[in-house]
Amino acid sequence: MAKYMLLIHGDAEQWDAMTAEQWVAHDAAHAAFREAAGDRIVGGEQLEPAPTATTVRSGGTGEPVITDGPFLDAKEGLGGFYLLEAGDLDEVLKLVPLLPEVHAAHSAVEVRPVVFHG
Amino acid sequence: MNDEVVAAVADAHRREWARIVATTVRLTRDFDLAEECAQDAFAQALRVWASSGVPDRPGGWLTEVARNRARDVMRREARFRRALPLLVVDETVPGPEDALAADDRLRLIFTCCHPALDRPTQVALTLRLVSGLSTAEVARAFLVREATMAARITRAKRKIATARIPYRVPSADQLGVRVGAVLQVVHLIFTIGHTAPDGAQLIRRDLCASAVDLARLLRLLMPADTAVGGLLALLLLNEARAASRVGPDGRLRLLADQDRSLWDTALIAEGVALLTDALRRGEPTRYAVEAAIAAVHAEAPRRRGAELGRHRLGRDRRPVRGAAGDVAGLPRRTAQPGRGDRHAGRAAGRAGRAGAAAR
Repeated sequence: MAKYMLLIHGDAEQWDAMTAEQWVAHDAAHAAFREAAGDRIVGGEQLEPAPTATTVRSGGTGEPVITDGPFLDAKEGLGGFYLLEAGDLDEVLKLVPLLPEVHAAHSAVEVRPVVFHG
Repeated sequence: MNDEVVAAVADAHRREWARIVATTVRLTRDFDLAEECAQDAFAQALRVWASSGVPDRPGGWLTEVARNRARDVMRREARFRRALPLLVVDETVPGPEDALAADDRLRLIFTCCHPALDRPTQVALTLRLVSGLSTAEVARAFLVREATMAARITRAKRKIATARIPYRVPSADQLGVRVGAVLQVVHLIFTIGHTAPDGAQLIRRDLCASAVDLARLLRLLMPADTAVGGLLALLLLNEARAASRVGPDGRLRLLADQDRSLWDTALIAEGVALLTDALRRGEPTRYAVEAAIAAVHAEAPRRRGAELGRHRLGRDRRPVRGAAGDVAGLPRRTAQPGRGDRHAGRAAGRAGRAGAAAR
């Protein structure tokens, strides 16, 4: 077994523009995903939009510098994640298309294997 | 070392490389080690066969040597920490009742052509691991330096192991899509060979041969798949004209100027038979449509190109070789013989799209 991080990327403006009915369908799709994934799901959360992020990095003088905003300042950002445990990539790739973000034009789901530290 | 042994080893390399690597990978669960062991087995064959003769079943002999070598190395190196995680290999091997899943070569092909790898990587891995081309040869096909290709292949193997791309024939619900990707890879290999971008040679016969071998292997392993039959037909019908495509001056010969006596009639007959079978069995695939276009060109050995076009396009309204449906007849209308392969290629592309839309 191995762990995979599902990183849900998309355009926050497009998510904000969704209607109440669209959100109902969206949430139902996530529920269907969670149902299908079952106990493979180790964790998962929806993230507050990028403008609420705070980034901490080196200022070069030894003192950490705190900046307002996400690490990568782009139109698209991370909107949420799932952490899954699965036997192989195919098992994950079979589940991922259940996520509604796969089907919207502005968003996508990135599957990253998690480093195994023994 | 006598020529007979060298020829036998070369022949075995072409026929058996994929099987040897594929079965050894299941044991080693590591592509690099499986490749090394396969290479060792061929090196040993050169020595041993020279003194004791070529065995009755060279493939079996080579596989056994490669697997024994793998066992030795694995025993010796068990205590060292491994650089990469082991490949995901199913513990239970399906029995002969599931013919598809039972062949290791299919596992190897589907793993090399996994959709989580980009297309050039799929092509490179397939040429290296399934066709047995050296990294330098694969690099030449892509017109990149050997070091660049070695890095790309290493990165791909690392991804397969780390992301746990399974060494497995896809399940029935995925098979259609996954076969499609494999066929695109094989077709691309043929196209690279057929229209070689390399200045020194207009046609890379070795790449065309690798593609034909791959298509034959797929046909052997998946005889019921009409897309596979269509692709093999297409490759054979093009390959049949290979000898006439380049003139003595080294320049490309257009179809109208090709010496038709150089065409391989046995390959044409085989291609037409495969095409007929594929069209009879189901909806024409993109490859079958393109193969039908190639068949129109290939089946008229004595007529000049322009005449062929007028006669066939004007008079012959029969669908291709008795196949039903408009799409099967499409090549007759789109093929424009005599304008050279380049033009036929464009027509084929249009017909292919039309064929796909008609599905």
